Amino acid sequence: MIAEHLPALQVVIPLLAAPLCVLLRRPGPAWALATAASWAAFGVAVLLLIAVLEQGVLSYHLGGWEPPWGIEYRVDLANAFVLLIVAAISAVVLPFARRSVAAEIPEEKAYLFYSMYLLCLTGLLGIAITGDAFNVFVFLEISSLSSYVLISLGKDRRALTAAFQYLIMGTIGATFYLIGVGLLYAMTGTLNMADLAQRLPAVADTRTVHAAFAFLVIGIGVKAAAFPLHLWLPNAYCYAPSVVTAFLAATATKVSIYVLLRILFTVFGPVFSFEAIEFDLVMIPLALAAMLLASTTAIFQNNVKRLLAYSSVAQIGYMVLGISLGSVTGVTAGIVHLFNHAMIKGGLFLAMGCVFVMLGSVQLRDMAGLGRRMPWTMAAFVIGGLSLIGVPATTGFISKWVLVQATLERGQWFFAVLILASSLLALVYVWRVVEVAYFRPAPEGAAEVSEAPLAMLIPTWLLILANVYFGVDTSLTLGVARRAAETLLGGAA
Amino acid sequence: MRHHLVLRVIAKLLIPFILVFALYVQFHGDYGPGGGFQAGVIFAAGFILYGLIFGLDQVRKVVPPAVVEVLVAAGVLLYAGVGVASLLLGGNYLDYGVLRHDPVHGQHLGILLIEFGVGTTVAAVMITIFYNFAGRGREGR
Amino acid sequence: MIDPGLYNYWIVVVLMMAGFFIVISHGNLVKKIVGLNIFQTSVFILYISFGKVTDATAPILDEAYSEYSNPLPHVLILTAIVVGVATSALGLALIVRIREAYGTVEEDEIIAQDPDS
Repeated sequence: MIAEHLPALQVVIPLLAAPLCVLLRRPGPAWALATAASWAAFGVAVLLLIAVLEQGVLSYHLGGWEPPWGIEYRVDLANAFVLLIVAAISAVVLPFARRSVAAEIPEEKAYLFYSMYLLCLTGLLGIAITGDAFNVFVFLEISSLSSYVLISLGKDRRALTAAFQYLIMGTIGATFYLIGVGLLYAMTGTLNMADLAQRLPAVADTRTVHAAFAFLVIGIGVKAAAFPLHLWLPNAYCYAPSVVTAFLAATATKVSIYVLLRILFTVFGPVFSFEAIEFDLVMIPLALAAMLLASTTAIFQNNVKRLLAYSSVAQIGYMVLGISLGSVTGVTAGIVHLFNHAMIKGGLFLAMGCVFVMLGSVQLRDMAGLGRRMPWTMAAFVIGGLSLIGVPATTGFISKWVLVQATLERGQWFFAVLILASSLLALVYVWRVVEVAYFRPAPEGAAEVSEAPLAMLIPTWLLILANVYFGVDTSLTLGVARRAAETLLGGAA
Repeated sequence: MRHHLVLRVIAKLLIPFILVFALYVQFHGDYGPGGGFQAGVIFAAGFILYGLIFGLDQVRKVVPPAVVEVLVAAGVLLYAGVGVASLLLGGNYLDYGVLRHDPVHGQHLGILLIEFGVGTTVAAVMITIFYNFAGRGREGR
Repeated sequence: MIDPGLYNYWIVVVLMMAGFFIVISHGNLVKKIVGLNIFQTSVFILYISFGKVTDATAPILDEAYSEYSNPLPHVLILTAIVVGVATSALGLALIVRIREAYGTVEEDEIIAQDPDS
């Protein structure tokens, strides 16, 4: 019985746990419940992926209403993979959260924090699982509204302005998406993605559909922080509580990229997106600009969280580049990088969370000599950094390898050169942190700093070791991503 | 506001009607225009009007903030719980048809409960928003 | 009944642009939220406009009528309205906190207080 209801449970478990957290009122039990719910969601995601690998596409009719009238949860390889990423990151981040939240959030608000966190998780899982274009908007807003709250809980007062800025940009993005969905509904009379895909070709040549495409892509682009719509991201990631940064950086933008994939390949289909609209002509230059400009900006940052945030913008550029290439290899690179980058940034931001809790700052100048004082944390940062640069035997290398392959397939060796150049820039900004942490003596009279507690180190290292593991054994990531790319490009359109 | 006799009398007259109208919108929602969202807002408006006329402290005595917070969660739980109940009874999530032997009855019961959950949460959220905005800066200064 | 024609859509476009312009041009955070509201409202009107079926009545079953307007956009927009309310409430709550932290709700004055952000 449970097996057939897995798609519903995926969203319902965190949704049920969120109000229960409010009722529990105390941080300890709320944390335990949130962690249990998150692990359960992870279990469901694993089972879903296995089920999809065995049986193909799963379709769940919410409320028993048949699609296209009712809301359909539709799980194929692409979103089963995204669900796994989101649930896995959440399952790793929450054990870390206990100490970090205790240090950064007032105790009387902690239960609300966990409640908001679970709502955010619900929203992200919902976006990934639903097969209904309007339902995506609803879940998008659930996750966005809760993430504005989560970001505003940061200690620095700038967290408030960052959350406000994100609120304005995020709402405009979501409203653009809403306009796009509305225009599509006006032309086709349906909201179900699979149904839209069937009915759109008949009206594809109208200006309304072209406008809808633009609205959808820009709206989701804001949410995904695709260059040049990324302006909300650096401040939001920089001033949010550590747990929130790690969770959002690893999942929120990834889920939006997934929605972009759905719009491009499932709803409109590659023929429309790439031949009629020539999506790639606009997006490839922007993606390349993101890779180079954001990486360069990252070099000049003095706050390590902000540095990593700019690096995220650059990494999103890699994903958008892969998707915009429009080939199976390109989309594979995009999807694989979704997974790999989630692990890289999750691990790096968790390491920064350790530093923030123990040191009280993530400014570069305060981190001098930290390599000796917090050896395990900084070692994790170094391995994560190597993966970010793309050193062989790490996940970062795998994504870049596939991406370079994809560009060479198209004969664009110039893009490959730019990818390598951007990796060099990554080397520079990672090195800046390493240099300060390992080769500069601790300042005179610096406060005594001890290593982070195990409860925080274990989740960090789990993600970092996953980086190494999936850098060697690529059968899960690359294999699933390739099959997902094939379904997106071939089957559904 | 102690001296505004007209306001106080009119508010006292109106509030019962506002609450009854909210309940009408709530429970008539599955046949006519209405439903939990609208009903919740109207219901909360009754309390907010009371708060505006008689002061925040008075309305907090009537509905303590802690109770409101529980109601916010309870509404969502009712909504999600109905879904889980339909799962356990063998239907899909939120498939109310299985709640009773007769699917039509089940649908009626289901939508009634769901809308009640929505109404509870919306009313509680509206009151919470009012409390927080109106009470802000009072404790601090 | 007067055929609404395309007037609705002109109103949508004007509101949308007005709202968007307010969000971009005004430095006052409260005005930004107001602009955002106008912007969202235009989308509500857009949805409701294309739910309208000419010469049809409100979608409440009655034996006297055979044609009804499409109720689905109304339902969708009800959800969007709720989202809009939540966004406004959250935005205004943030403004209250920002005012407590900075003593102002003007964007330029806030930026001036935090030079390195």
